[in-house]
Amino acid sequence: MLKVRDLAIRFAGRSASEAGTLAVDGIDLDLDRAQVLALIGESGSGKSATMLALAGLLPKSAKTTGSVLLDDRSILHLDEREKSTVRGRRIGMIFQDPGGSLNPVLTVGDQIDEVVRTHRRLDRRAARAETVSLLSRVGIGDPAARARAYPHQLSGGLKQRVAIAAALAAQPTVILADEPTTALDATVQAQILDLLVNLVQVEHVALLLVTHDLAVAAAVADRIAVMYAGKIVERRGPEQLVTDPGHPYSRALGQAALPFVAAGDGRHAALPELPGRMAEAGGTACAFAPRCPLAIDRCRAQVPPVVPFGDGEAACFRAGETAQ
Amino acid sequence: MGRTWTLIRRRLLQAIPVILIVSIGIFGLLELAGGDAVDAYLAVTGGGDPAFAERLRQQWGLDAGLWVRFLAYVESLVTLDFGWSVVMSKPVSVAILERLPNTALMMGAAIAFSACLGTLLGGIAALRKGTAADAGITVGALVLNAMPSFWIGLIAIVVFAVKLAWFPLGGIASFDRPDLAIGRVLDVAWHLVLPVTVLGLAYMALYVRLMRSAMIETAASDWVRAARARGLPRLRIVRRHMARPALLPVVTMLGLQAGNLLGGSVVVETVFAIPGLGSLAYDAVSQRDLPLIAGILLVGTLMVIVVNLLVDITYARLDPRVTDDRVRAGGA
Amino acid sequence: MMRHWSIGGVIGAAVLAVLVLVAIAAPWLAPGDPLDIVGRPLLPPFTDPRFPLGTDQLGRNVFAGLVHGTRVSLLVGLAAAAAAIGVGILVGTVAGFLGGWTDEGLMRVTEAFQTIPTFLLALAMVSALGASTVNVVLAIAISSWPATARLVRAEILSLKSRDYVDAARLAGMSRLGIAFREVLPGAVQPVLALIGITVGVAILVESSLAFLGLSDPNQVSWGGMVANGRAVLRTAPYLVAIPGAAVAVAVLSVSLVGDAMGRRLLVSRER
Repeated sequence: MLKVRDLAIRFAGRSASEAGTLAVDGIDLDLDRAQVLALIGESGSGKSATMLALAGLLPKSAKTTGSVLLDDRSILHLDEREKSTVRGRRIGMIFQDPGGSLNPVLTVGDQIDEVVRTHRRLDRRAARAETVSLLSRVGIGDPAARARAYPHQLSGGLKQRVAIAAALAAQPTVILADEPTTALDATVQAQILDLLVNLVQVEHVALLLVTHDLAVAAAVADRIAVMYAGKIVERRGPEQLVTDPGHPYSRALGQAALPFVAAGDGRHAALPELPGRMAEAGGTACAFAPRCPLAIDRCRAQVPPVVPFGDGEAACFRAGETAQ
Repeated sequence: MGRTWTLIRRRLLQAIPVILIVSIGIFGLLELAGGDAVDAYLAVTGGGDPAFAERLRQQWGLDAGLWVRFLAYVESLVTLDFGWSVVMSKPVSVAILERLPNTALMMGAAIAFSACLGTLLGGIAALRKGTAADAGITVGALVLNAMPSFWIGLIAIVVFAVKLAWFPLGGIASFDRPDLAIGRVLDVAWHLVLPVTVLGLAYMALYVRLMRSAMIETAASDWVRAARARGLPRLRIVRRHMARPALLPVVTMLGLQAGNLLGGSVVVETVFAIPGLGSLAYDAVSQRDLPLIAGILLVGTLMVIVVNLLVDITYARLDPRVTDDRVRAGGA
Repeated sequence: MMRHWSIGGVIGAAVLAVLVLVAIAAPWLAPGDPLDIVGRPLLPPFTDPRFPLGTDQLGRNVFAGLVHGTRVSLLVGLAAAAAAIGVGILVGTVAGFLGGWTDEGLMRVTEAFQTIPTFLLALAMVSALGASTVNVVLAIAISSWPATARLVRAEILSLKSRDYVDAARLAGMSRLGIAFREVLPGAVQPVLALIGITVGVAILVESSLAFLGLSDPNQVSWGGMVANGRAVLRTAPYLVAIPGAAVAVAVLSVSLVGDAMGRRLLVSRER
């Protein structure tokens, strides 16, 4: 249903002569209704740029190539008017900071009402009824009263539930969630993840979850795509990715997150301490090689192709091997 | 509603020390000035022998010590008795009350005009940031801000009253007043167009700057990005998610500008011969009618306090985050 | 550093430099008392090379008035702004550093001065004390210090908690000694951004007072020239237009320079 092919994103340099930076270097993604795909990677890997491209929120200076099809319709290069029929209506979005994504001077009910009314020709009263129903569906008690509250009167978890309700308000087919639980307390984090998984089934939507946290991804995703320096380096089911990672980078992520996965609480895992910095995207070698404990000469000479591995695929010459 | 009353009570309590300090300051100024009401009276009535002056002083209680005079001054303030205006030949309070409505009308209109036009232009500049329109608005506001209001007023008179004859030269109403009430209202409005525009333009720049920077900030906010992601129409995002939160600092500025506008009204009322508080202040100052000056200063302070109270109430309505214990931080 | 000077800042600085030069060179540019009657009354500008900007209804040289008026405007503007900022820094530092009842009391006084309509106060002061240049400076200064005081106080409060203050206290310095020697230099920096506005407002207030006849009658001033030209507004509008434009140019150049200074400050602070 959502089909991304060879998507590349380049941010403009400061001057015309500068080449600019390649944030995303030709990635493919596939996502169906009632499915959760997690896109995981550290900051700078291109996962957020990918998400903004899907939502049509990239700045004008960013150049995109490739294709993004939603129900066989291209949504990548639309004008502003066409975009507004996709944003919200077809694709809902949830941001990291639940407080920041709500206007502080409007009631939360008003902010959901306006989405409902924009996309579904309802009158004021019908819209408010729908808002109250949405709030109750995202697990907010006493929804009619809460609709009259202002964001500052709600806790972080409640605000994120409101933001989820706003994302669902226009009955979209895809929900993009950008680190939706990072800013929340551990217990609230688990509740919000439960809610998201539950909503995917009940509302029959597709969820693309972007996170840097393998524990979070493994807890909710049907498939996980690991992103590094603008490329997808591994694509697996959650169990196998944790127990038998193919790419050394996935293994490093897993080692940091594993204790928490085993413990079963959705606690926030720190990023693995890897030597060196992330290489620039778009090179002629494996971008992970400078930090990789398994790197051989070949890794530094050519880009490793994607090969089948386990229940998915990995882009590594030494997939599945471990350091001695 | 309870919240509003708490706010009003709190603000009025805070106003007490301000009024007290201003009163003491005015008393000190009058003492410094030397020359009392008797001198002023004798100057107008054409002198008199020292014995007569002494008798008058005793009669008006002006021969007593500093403390006694101060207490008498405070007592007269509490009873709203500001003394006798030699220039107007009537009690100061009467003279002020007669002039107050014209100034209040002009000030209210000028505040509304400058705030509305200023926020509109500032908003447009923010949306068109970096373009020629932005530069034009920003520079235009700076230039207007640099022009003295008496000069804008005189130029406006030359162009719009003398050359084009669209508006009257001055005054608040025509000598041959229209019979119908509606006609009279329109007549006053017609007389106020130039002075209100001049006063408003002179104080508009701050609103332009403030709104521009506030709106550039809200435009970059996470909630505007979220609103775009929700597919809301652009106009709606601009109005509800950019402009509305950006208006909060502008509303605060309304209160701070009230005193400046009142000061500006002295010049504008003098230029346009409008019988208001400002031109009264001018008459008082140029003839050294000290009781009248003192009364106008106090009433002016009270007017600013009232405007600030109204601003605070409006602010509390616009910003839900203002609670009983965290009312708009400080006075500025 | 020049990169941060905007076009506006450069133009403002250039115009301001010219104005300062004119003010300094006034006695040579237009010798004699500008209030002397020197020619035929109401000569329009650009008709007589001796009076490039014409004469007023008494036959006084408009150019001479303009040149000498520059002195008064700039001098009063700078002096009043310096005094206002000085008082503001003093009050702000004492209030911010001593805290407690001193702070409370000083802030109430500051609030009172922010509430009272300042132009009315300046009018009252000049009227009560007499219309001399010193009194005009005093009146403007006394009505425009609160903004600086508030800013300095806020800066002091935020700087106060930093380590070096504790170190100075341990070294045995007195509280006000710490305030003026250690904390003040840091707190005064943002005040620089206020200078432009304060000087601009001071020039405007001076011209308004002069326009209302409240300035030293023996000194020529732009506001006074406008007031004088008002009587012949219909027949000789240039007598109003020229000195008024001079006020606008002076205030604009000062505020442009102030703006540029403020922006540079912002840039250097963000580093």
